[in-house]
Amino acid sequence: MAEEKEIKKTFKIQTKDLHLHYGDFHALKGINIAIKTNTVTALIGPSGCGKSTYLRVFNRMNDLITGVKIEGSVLVDDVDIYKDKIAIDNLRKNVGMVFQKPNPFPKSIYENVAYGLRVNGINDKNFIDERVERSLKQAALWDEVQDKLKKSAMALSGGQQQRLCIARTLAVEPTVILMDEPASALDPISTAKIEELIHELKQKYTIIIVTHNMQQAGRVSDRTAFFYLGELIEYGNTKEIFTHPKNPRTQNYITGRFG
Amino acid sequence: MTQLELKINELKELLSEMTNLVRLQLTKCEDAIMHNDHAIALEVMAKEKRVNALELKIDRDCENVIALFNPVAIDLRFILATLKINTNLERIGDNADGIARYIVDLKKTFDSDLVEKYQLAEMFQTAVSMVDDTIASLVNEDSKMARKVLDKDEKLNTINRQATTVTLDLIKNAPERADQYLLLLSIIRKLERVGDQTQNIAEEIIFFIEAKVLKHKDKR
Repeated sequence: MAEEKEIKKTFKIQTKDLHLHYGDFHALKGINIAIKTNTVTALIGPSGCGKSTYLRVFNRMNDLITGVKIEGSVLVDDVDIYKDKIAIDNLRKNVGMVFQKPNPFPKSIYENVAYGLRVNGINDKNFIDERVERSLKQAALWDEVQDKLKKSAMALSGGQQQRLCIARTLAVEPTVILMDEPASALDPISTAKIEELIHELKQKYTIIIVTHNMQQAGRVSDRTAFFYLGELIEYGNTKEIFTHPKNPRTQNYITGRFG
Repeated sequence: MTQLELKINELKELLSEMTNLVRLQLTKCEDAIMHNDHAIALEVMAKEKRVNALELKIDRDCENVIALFNPVAIDLRFILATLKINTNLERIGDNADGIARYIVDLKKTFDSDLVEKYQLAEMFQTAVSMVDDTIASLVNEDSKMARKVLDKDEKLNTINRQATTVTLDLIKNAPERADQYLLLLSIIRKLERVGDQTQNIAEEIIFFIEAKVLKHKDKR
């Protein structure tokens, strides 16, 4: 019994026979995945394959779309986030998200990072100061912004804005970070910084990243899941997926022979 | 067809060209010995430059494909295999060149009874048929054919082992032709190396097609 619990604990996130419909459209078809704690999982596949939909399952972002129906189970820390009575704001605190386009609030750098804390009712200035500094440091942005915390976040470069968004996500201390093409709008240097950051954040967080960049998936992830037409075609160690994928469809996709 | 596929096909054609070339080098060495024709051996020595040039071209093309196309999976395996196949083909070329030099070194021609005793014709035919199998297996992406090469190598090893005893017996009985024995033994040794190099190529082809590593393992 104790052993069973031990095994369960190693998986941070699991989906079992997960189906998702947008009205009549069957967007996810029976997805079974188990993701270990402190790993990076890359979701790859052509546009419309369901990878972003799948990513949004974990913080219930799809709930905002009308006509969505979800079947199967989604476990985060062994709790079914759809069946059990859980508070969505708590879930979203635990499962943070970084989007494709940097989306800082039109506020100061400091307030951007403090925002999540404030909406959670925290007002202690020292506590917030400390958390802002720590989050910016974790997001590898502190050195660049420590002298201009009161300046507008909109004045930062795209790459800095994206790291600010990561800092904002980290401030509320999530354990899972979802990233939806976090570097696709950035130049190669900013991209390299984000990737470096992902490597560091992996020590403390479980990260799931959607990317269209095959080399990026190879560089940052431990495991890779390939989606096609709403199905999970292959899920395995990134090294194996990129050297000898088992499924010919995976091979066709990653080698650019699709369609 | 993608640009990468086009590049890979071009590389495959270059490999075929190089394989055909080193195959020709080997058969010419055989002809030079069997027909007592030093001119053919000199031709082999001259053609060695062409083998070297092809090696450089294939290496450079592989480097470009890696840098520009970031190949993965079967494409990456093809490029990695090509780099090693290329090296082995060049070494087969070196061995053919070495054999040609031995032929030229012997100012006269080899006595036919000795050529027979050393099973030289069989040695050449087996080596050449191994090269044929590797090229066919690469062009048709047929790993079964590549495995045949691994079996054939045994024959070369056997003849090579026997060559030592043959040489000892000959030296004892007729030491006056020792210069020929030593050169023939050296040629046998070189052909045995050709067998090993061809086997390496076959292993790389199997790696490319099946993603299996046979190197340093029980082959079957």
